[in-house]
Amino acid sequence: MTIYFLQAFIYLVAAVIAVPVAKRLGLGSVLGYLIAGVIIGPVAGLVGDETTTIQHFAEFGVVMMLFLVGLELEPKMLWAMRNRLMGLGGLQVVGSAAAVMAIALAFGQPVSIALTIGLIFALSSTAIVLQTFNEKGLTKTEGGKNAFSVLLFQDIAVIPMLAFIPLLALPELVEKAQQAVGNAAEHHEEFSLVAHLPGWAYGLVILASIAVVVAGGHYLSRPLFRFVASSGLREIFTATALMLVVGIAALMSLVGLSPALGTFLAGVVLANSEFRHELESNIDPFKGLLLGLFFITVGAGIDFGILSEQLIVIILLTLGVMLLKALVLLALSFIFGIKGSDRWLFALSLAQAGEFGFVLLSFSMQQHVLPLELAQTLSLVVALSMFLTPGLFILFDKVILPKFEANSNEREADTIEEKGTVIIAGIGRFGQIINRLLVANGIHTVVLDHQADQVDALRRYGAKAYFGDALRPELLHTAGVEEAAMVVVAIDSRESSIELVKYLKHTYPHLKVLARAFDRGHGYLLRSAGADYIESETYHSALQVGGQALRELGFHPFFVEKQINIYHELDDKASDVLYHAWQDDSEGERFDNNYRQLFMDLEDNIKSAVQQDRFGKFASTDRHWTPPPKGYADDFDDDNEAGAGSTEKT
Amino acid sequence: MSSQRVLVLYAHPANHRSEVNLPLYEAACQVPGVTCIDLYYQYPTLNIDIDREQQRLLEHDVVVFQFPMYWYSTPAILKEWQDLVLEYGFAYGTQGTKLNDKLFLCALTAGGHEDAYQTQGYNHFTVRELMYPLEQMAALTGMRYLPPFALFGARTALEEERIGAHVTRWQQLLKALVDGKINQRKAYKAEKLNHYLSELDAAGDL
Repeated sequence: MTIYFLQAFIYLVAAVIAVPVAKRLGLGSVLGYLIAGVIIGPVAGLVGDETTTIQHFAEFGVVMMLFLVGLELEPKMLWAMRNRLMGLGGLQVVGSAAAVMAIALAFGQPVSIALTIGLIFALSSTAIVLQTFNEKGLTKTEGGKNAFSVLLFQDIAVIPMLAFIPLLALPELVEKAQQAVGNAAEHHEEFSLVAHLPGWAYGLVILASIAVVVAGGHYLSRPLFRFVASSGLREIFTATALMLVVGIAALMSLVGLSPALGTFLAGVVLANSEFRHELESNIDPFKGLLLGLFFITVGAGIDFGILSEQLIVIILLTLGVMLLKALVLLALSFIFGIKGSDRWLFALSLAQAGEFGFVLLSFSMQQHVLPLELAQTLSLVVALSMFLTPGLFILFDKVILPKFEANSNEREADTIEEKGTVIIAGIGRFGQIINRLLVANGIHTVVLDHQADQVDALRRYGAKAYFGDALRPELLHTAGVEEAAMVVVAIDSRESSIELVKYLKHTYPHLKVLARAFDRGHGYLLRSAGADYIESETYHSALQVGGQALRELGFHPFFVEKQINIYHELDDKASDVLYHAWQDDSEGERFDNNYRQLFMDLEDNIKSAVQQDRFGKFASTDRHWTPPPKGYADDFDDDNEAGAGSTEKT
Repeated sequence: MSSQRVLVLYAHPANHRSEVNLPLYEAACQVPGVTCIDLYYQYPTLNIDIDREQQRLLEHDVVVFQFPMYWYSTPAILKEWQDLVLEYGFAYGTQGTKLNDKLFLCALTAGGHEDAYQTQGYNHFTVRELMYPLEQMAALTGMRYLPPFALFGARTALEEERIGAHVTRWQQLLKALVDGKINQRKAYKAEKLNHYLSELDAAGDL
């Protein structure tokens, strides 16, 4: 047990120190993790062989990442990007694989090995690239979107590759290995459901398990989440989310499919679900930690012995691979009309080999496709190219982007379109009306509520509502609070709404916060919490009913309207005075004598102001359409000419 | 003459559809010495703050109504503004001398073509004639009246690319007002202010 604690501690210390430092230096978190890995691995020798084991475990971070990627992608969007996905992604994989294969052949490698190497280097690093896009806010750019489609295609393409590579097995490697690893192979097969099935049955099983994921995600997950949500236990919801991801990964492994593909599918299926943001915020921390761990193990796994022996070869190979991939990507960017800085972002971001390269490498070794020495060299090339990627992003940021920035101002404007989202916390009677008004005016809203049945009811009318407690910072984050134009706080609890306003104004001082108050006291508390605009929930409806009462009593409707306006105006002024009195009087807990007195005084003010006009006086507050005094026209001179005449007056 | 403070009171109830008045208003905001108020923006419920508006009048030397013509008159909020702000004892009456000697003019756009606004045209009256109530308002409040600065055929001005020139002329007018270059007695005789400005321009005085 102690040894696990120690190891975990070493990994955590390395990450905690290296990542913030790397970030501060503008290198990005991925490079930070890689450096941390190098330091604790080959340099300091603090960790050893167990990194490979940990790496297999940490690969689960990639699976989670694809689940989250799926959650962000509604099926509609996926369908909309089918051309880019198949065209751009397909050509990238085929093109890069063919180019790398041709060079390997030129170096005298047999066809099967050359093809495998080509496939391995055709893949890029989804983990590094998406993480960096997120950090640098490049996800929504044209280059970012295109790079994403390519990555998505690659992640999907891994599955047929895994099926195809065993067919390339070298007879002499197989023979040599068969004596050595007979037992281990037996052991592995225990965990597969499909090892001894004929081809057609295998196909059926695969189809069935995909159907289970899609149908289960669509029909079963909601009742399950609702059931769990109604228990109100946060950690059980987290457990459910984990159970879902782990379960799908297990199912996919059992039938010999990629767990990443399975969870990605599940993510897409759940992208429309009201639990989307809640799921995201639950899985996200796990994903972050596991991915970090994955990168550390990549860094720690660098074998300095082989590296120093073949340093020049490895560096040349790495640069060659990256150049080749970048050239293929550049060629594609011309074909698909990706222009300007986006072209360079697209080409540079995907030039590395990726984590799936490691997966394919170890798999090809197990399947006796690649000899061990070659595989070790290649895995160093993969690692080194991943290591260099943050450098390419820095190159893009510091050298390429400034060149294009000057003349790309027009495009800047349409990337902001996504902003201006309004987050509505609480979708009871109050929030619903706000939401309907905003949506009717084409405003994009994200609605959050912690009552699953409320969200459900709203979704039945086609509103975009999500289950989740708006008080949780992670949920606000996944709902996009950083980019939101404002947050409307309409939650059904006094304490929570004040807490939320406080948190929002403290963390995002420039965010506009509009709040619903239950009554005067609650309004004051919201105001001192920093809300920008506060409206009492009953105030306007009460004024309307009061107005109707006056009309029923025979007052002229237009006169009533004026009286309501005056009341409103005076009350506005009064509440300012009262607020300050309330602040002085108490720490906001009770209404003191001074406040009471002031309140009564102001009530009298309103009463007298409203009544003045009725007694025929010249009211100071209600002067609207007050006629001039009787006989005023007698004062006018007859010589008061029109226009130019009046200039003669001195 | 010291610099004149110009107040533009802008009224357009459908700002988002405006093709001419909005560019004119935005151009006015660019001219130094001009205060621009979008009345429908400030008083979306027409609940005009009388004190604030009177204070504004006191702080300016030139008052401009800028509006699209609606049924041969101003949009409703400008009428409301007159009814509420120009109080007895402030704008008229023996004590009501607060607006004396300020300059007043309308900058308006009309949908019909210029030849429609003639005695023989289908609108039967010139815009100068149609604005008589405002001219008399100026007279009764002791303001010095300038003829309207007008753009006709406003619905097709965008397609016919006439807006740019009009906006330039409008900015020239506002600058001339700020600099006190407008001779009210001469301008008053013109049917429209546009004519007077062309004369100034020809003489190199703009």
